[in-house]
Amino acid sequence: MAENFQLWISHDLSERIRRHGAEVFPHECCGALLGRDATAVGSGDSQESGTPREVLDLFPMVNRRDDSPRNRFAVTADDVRDAEKAASQHGLEVVGWYHSHPDHPARPSQFDREHAWPWYSYIIVSVMSGAPAEMTSWRLDDDRQDYSAERIEIRNSAGA
Amino acid sequence: MAVKVIIPTPLRVYAAKKDSAEVSAETVGEALGGLTAQFSELRKHLFTDDGKLRSFVNVYLNDEDIRYMAKEATPVKDGDVVSIVPSIAGGC
Ligand SMILES: [Zn+2]
Repeated sequence: MAENFQLWISHDLSERIRRHGAEVFPHECCGALLGRDATAVGSGDSQESGTPREVLDLFPMVNRRDDSPRNRFAVTADDVRDAEKAASQHGLEVVGWYHSHPDHPARPSQFDREHAWPWYSYIIVSVMSGAPAEMTSWRLDDDRQDYSAERIEIRNSAGA
Repeated sequence: MAVKVIIPTPLRVYAAKKDSAEVSAETVGEALGGLTAQFSELRKHLFTDDGKLRSFVNVYLNDEDIRYMAKEATPVKDGDVVSIVPSIAGGC
């Protein structure tokens, strides 16, 4: 079951994620990915691997983990509802989340996996000594035991 | 009691892509049980192996967080809406 996930995002939006990570360094940044996914709307059985998902806007959020902001982030249920509201106002939906790994590689931690939801795309940007570095995206597997990498495809303009 | 359960976007793939389901229940816990009886793949994303609601799964009864009521024992009445709302966490 080798999934072939792809996430489309514009250069501009990917740069905004990097900047957010740099701005709040050495703390973790977080935010919602607003976009479209063919599998989300009642579209019959179009849920096949490789169906492109596109990020068309961001909803930067406040990291609620005041107690441990350098290695944890949290988005409350109320914040999630706000993100969903913002998405639907633009005819979009929340297709995933981004966060930064200050001075850590852009690989999902065990903590990430244990707290992840399926289906969402999880973008991680590594920020090394304050400078944005590698950016990756992952999705939780159905069995919750592991992640699948998702290829980030930088598009010149978002085809909204 | 006929209750509507709202299914969050990330779990709809395990619920025949539905955004809600009608169940018959006396409590919020029974409503969630009714939902996972209809869609068994939802169970492991909502509950831990020992049957507790996962920490990042938030349940609202008509916009009220059940943590501030009787949790899963909170009684429901006809026409109530039970919403499952994600919270998001991670780290490095
Ligand atoms: Zn992480």
